[in-house]
Amino acid sequence: MAEAPARARREDDLLVEVEHLAKLFDVSPPFLNRLLQGEKRVLLTAVDDVSFRIPRGKTFSLVGESGCGKSTVARLVVGLHRPTRGRIVFEGVDMAGLEGRGEAGPLRKRLQMIFQDPYASLNPRWRVADIIAEPIRAHRLVSGRRAIAARVGELLEQVGLAAADGEKFPHEFSGGQRQRISIARALASNPEFLVCDEPTSALDVSVQAQILNLMKSLQRELGLTYLFISHDLAVVYHISDYVGVMYLGRLVEWGEAKALFRRPQHPYTRMLLDAIPDLEMTGRARTPVAGEVPSPIAPPSGCHFHPRCPFAEERCRREAPQALATAAGEVSCHAVAEGRLPEVERAARAPAGED
Amino acid sequence: MALLEVENLRIEIPGRRGTLVAVDDVSFSIGEGEVLGVVGESGAGKSLTGAAVIGLLEPPCRIAGGQIRFDGRRIDNLPYEKLRRIRGRHIGMVFQDPLTSLNPLYTVGRQLTETILTHTDLSEKGARKRAIELLQEVGIPAAERRVDQYPHEFSGGMRQRVVIALALCANPRLIIADEPTTALDVSIQAQIITLLKRLCREHGAAVMLVTHDMGVIAETADRVAVMYAGRIAEVGPVAEVVLRAKHPYTEGLMGSIPLVGHDVEQLTQIDGSMPRLNAIPPGCAFNPRCPKAFERCRRQRPELAPVDGAGAEASWTACWLYDDAAQRSGTDG
Repeated sequence: MAEAPARARREDDLLVEVEHLAKLFDVSPPFLNRLLQGEKRVLLTAVDDVSFRIPRGKTFSLVGESGCGKSTVARLVVGLHRPTRGRIVFEGVDMAGLEGRGEAGPLRKRLQMIFQDPYASLNPRWRVADIIAEPIRAHRLVSGRRAIAARVGELLEQVGLAAADGEKFPHEFSGGQRQRISIARALASNPEFLVCDEPTSALDVSVQAQILNLMKSLQRELGLTYLFISHDLAVVYHISDYVGVMYLGRLVEWGEAKALFRRPQHPYTRMLLDAIPDLEMTGRARTPVAGEVPSPIAPPSGCHFHPRCPFAEERCRREAPQALATAAGEVSCHAVAEGRLPEVERAARAPAGED
Repeated sequence: MALLEVENLRIEIPGRRGTLVAVDDVSFSIGEGEVLGVVGESGAGKSLTGAAVIGLLEPPCRIAGGQIRFDGRRIDNLPYEKLRRIRGRHIGMVFQDPLTSLNPLYTVGRQLTETILTHTDLSEKGARKRAIELLQEVGIPAAERRVDQYPHEFSGGMRQRVVIALALCANPRLIIADEPTTALDVSIQAQIITLLKRLCREHGAAVMLVTHDMGVIAETADRVAVMYAGRIAEVGPVAEVVLRAKHPYTEGLMGSIPLVGHDVEQLTQIDGSMPRLNAIPPGCAFNPRCPKAFERCRRQRPELAPVDGAGAEASWTACWLYDDAAQRSGTDG
């Protein structure tokens, strides 16, 4: 990062703060079944007391397996779901408290979302230029047809497409190009904060590299802040400044990315890191983990991870662990708190391009 | 003699606007007990190649040329009934999506016993016993109870175990696994890979592992074939291909994979995208995206040739950069 960033940036300059966020979904059987068959109301806790902060201009990633609630957090943050409890503070304003378009509108245009599936997130009946112009028109950012067309062309070029591509329909583009269009649309309202929900997991690796490179250079140029959701730890390592690991709705550990990968604390984080395929052929055998993620409808008592955890004790089954400060973040684990976990220092690998 | 030999395989898709060549002149072999990884991006033709081997190409796709030999015998031109005998008995199949490869209306046990009864001489009772054994072997807890459950009662990872059990039913000598771990979470993926490796070792089965995930290949395969636009760009021992890629496409592909512990600002990127089947460029199909392309690459199509001498450890690559004769004589043709 050679050139000076667009905006003043300090480590404690927080753009987004998420505090004790919780989301419960009602997955009860229909009313009549409850009445006739005496079935109970069933609540699924998708997100359970999650707190994290994102400094301006940085990337915070959430990782975890399917069903851990990471996408729900993304949707809560952009306002697609209303939180059951907790606050989402964007530059000092609690977004969950805002009512209606009038209050939320000015804030909304400052955050945008990029979705996973570029085949489903673009309207197939609209021309690309109209797709990208929609946020510009909705937020009345530019007026006049010619001015809007010019802005759309500029956005297309910014994401590596040609201005003339605006005339085409989404089906004329490949997956990677469509994801570029999604990014152009997200950038249309000059946002400061982008929430990216698995933006590359539907793409081939070589196309993924193009999109990740694009996202990184846009972040540098425009001073963007990212909340990045992914299940791919290598992608997360590459793109993040901070990483949070989620398990069954809870944030079990978060910290500065490099430190977290080098010295993972929580047994679940260690397990995830051990499960990464070994591409450098160091002969390291992947340590498969026993068991699977339990159902979030009836999560285990105490620490949700205890049935799969090799270090679980009586206390872990009884009592949910509290967040504890680590060198680079926080971890919620009794074993770490009691100091009965073996230290793990993952060997630093050789730098890229060894041959 | 190799267990499976594929020679000059060509798969065409006839369409209204002419015939597309999806797999073009692909040759490879798999030895007894060997794991061959076939890797490539979407549309490279890797799944079609796998489907052709097992005779499950869906029309309008058709084999337009070449030979597929299993155990020395041609299987690409066999009538349906004869092929059906071989498939299942000698060649097992594991598909990507475990939900669609199991019948939701039958219990897991019934699907297993049906396959066992078709391909072996076991009695009904013996088949059930074997089904339970298989479920235990693939690591399903409480197999005696779970054998009578339906696929929807299993989780994704457990379903994939059932699919693997199904493929192993008749002790096949070759398993075609098409993206067996793609639909699974990382922790489950590691379990399934470990399982596949163990089973192949124990049963001595060879595997053709089709995937886009280089990580899975690096851990599992003995040899790798890298496919690009319907052709094999490079094939060789896994360590050679992964660590010392020869073909510029393989090199770019490896560089584009982010790795934990590698601090790079930008990933290597291959600009552009794979050509559509109706617009495969002349010469080497990779030439418009290749940073090292020269005149000959645009004109003449390279064939697979050994790179470092002719030893068994050598990789073969289809790239003019490694054509010594041409480099010595300057130009030819």
